[in-house]
Amino acid sequence: MSTILHAKGLNKNFGAVTAANDINVAVEQDSVVGLIGSNGAGKTTFINMVTGYLKPTTGSIHFEGRDITPLKPREITQLGICRSFQIPQLYNSMTVAENLMVGIGIVASSGARWAKSNRLDVTPERAVDAMLEQFGLGDYRDRQSGLLPEGTRKLLDIAMAMVVRPRILLLDEPTSGVSADEKFVLMDRVMAAVREGKVTVLFVEHDMEVVERYTHRILAFYEGRIIADGDPAKVLDDVEVRKYVIGEAH
Amino acid sequence: MKLDRTTIAIGVITVGLLAASPLLPKWAMSLLNVSLCYGTVVLGMMLLMRTGLVSFGHGLYYCLGAYAAGTVDQMLKLPDMALMVAAGAAATGIVAAILGLLLARYRDIFFAMLSLAFSMILYGLLVKSSALGSTDGFNISAKTLFGVALVDDARRYAGFGITVVLTTLSAFALNLYLRSHRGRLAEAIRDNELRVEYMGASVRATIHLHYVISAVLAGIGGALMAINIGHIDPEMTYWPQSGEFVFIAILSGTGNVFAPLGGALVFETIRSFAYEYSPNTWQMVLGITMLVVMIFLPGGLWSLLQRRKPA
Repeated sequence: MSTILHAKGLNKNFGAVTAANDINVAVEQDSVVGLIGSNGAGKTTFINMVTGYLKPTTGSIHFEGRDITPLKPREITQLGICRSFQIPQLYNSMTVAENLMVGIGIVASSGARWAKSNRLDVTPERAVDAMLEQFGLGDYRDRQSGLLPEGTRKLLDIAMAMVVRPRILLLDEPTSGVSADEKFVLMDRVMAAVREGKVTVLFVEHDMEVVERYTHRILAFYEGRIIADGDPAKVLDDVEVRKYVIGEAH
Repeated sequence: MKLDRTTIAIGVITVGLLAASPLLPKWAMSLLNVSLCYGTVVLGMMLLMRTGLVSFGHGLYYCLGAYAAGTVDQMLKLPDMALMVAAGAAATGIVAAILGLLLARYRDIFFAMLSLAFSMILYGLLVKSSALGSTDGFNISAKTLFGVALVDDARRYAGFGITVVLTTLSAFALNLYLRSHRGRLAEAIRDNELRVEYMGASVRATIHLHYVISAVLAGIGGALMAINIGHIDPEMTYWPQSGEFVFIAILSGTGNVFAPLGGALVFETIRSFAYEYSPNTWQMVLGITMLVVMIFLPGGLWSLLQRRKPA
């Protein structure tokens, strides 16, 4: 597999606080990578830097060989890197279908190259219906998104990231706020859509059950550094990870 | 193109108004003229409000459209109604494209007050400009429509006709735009700018475009008003005028392109009758009207006709 995303020597300082400290990561195409770590470890900072919301103090990020460090979030999205949010970012006054239609409309009405390559082969209405079915949101089609239960809002948030057909999908705590019964249902749906779209996934997660079940590789963050990187069994068994991330006593 | 009910209604109302014009008494034609001119300006305000922005300074473009029309008539000696309106639209489009570069960076009260500041700058320039009549402004007289000479009543009917056609055409075009993918971004931006950017669209470019569209509509409204009234002055860009547009926009609601047109008609009707029967307290009548609408119909008059979205 080839490298699709490469972060080189990323550092991010907020005054005296170091949120990212010499992050070096190469992500393989079609892989599913879990980002774990306690609060403030630097996971979301890493995602925010990849998606252009934050600019690294030093270092660079390359997508398919191209330096995307100076690009705006919109331009990074147009290259095929999309994200969901810890707190779902929806169009709250719109229905679920309208939320998805906005994304489909952006692709359909843009003259940019990314949009041309992502042109729909069906009508926008059918594309919305297909997304609703794929994410199990059909029953909520005409419901106002601001009034949905949290698990459904999370799912819609991820569906909206998928609507522009990304190459890389970054999920920020996709199961936080979701009930124990719903979290595997949610992740199963997301992973099925990801496999179908051949999307590379990086996701931040605190639930080790979820991480272990769905990832090929784990990056463990602590105080802005990556303290372990490898296959899930190996990383979750790492002494430092057990001490600083999972919180097990010696 | 699939016709929606709004498009069909626009067509019916256009034909109806044009057909009824010979039967309309002067006062009714005048009331409709003013309402349609105001309605055209408020169509643009509606687009901005859908995008989450309120302009307290759209008198700027209303006045600029009127002065551009007046300049074509009086300075260039080209008293053709169509040319005058085209000049109004072009002038406002150019100015808005420039000012929009700055305004598209601002939101909320900063956008509102900055737009007000620009309108007051124009007011200051006009009252100091003796070539443009200073505080008195100047009279204009459109004498032709597409080169056809007009006299007496024909001029009045032509003024009404071009107002009806351009207002309804503006409503038709805006309705078409709002139904487009690009048009849907207005409400998306109002709801969540961050998500719009993370879906690959430019919030600033869209706001800039909507600002220019709204300015051009205000310019058309101003030029039409100038043609129908026959006089322009700097009061058109003074802050109470912009306040009236905001008043009508809130009174109307933003649910449909008919809302601003209906709202403008209701506003003008209330104002006319209040002024007639209560000349010293007509402002109070308008104030009470606004109070009632804001308490009982926060979505404006149009919300009376809207179905609620299921929860």
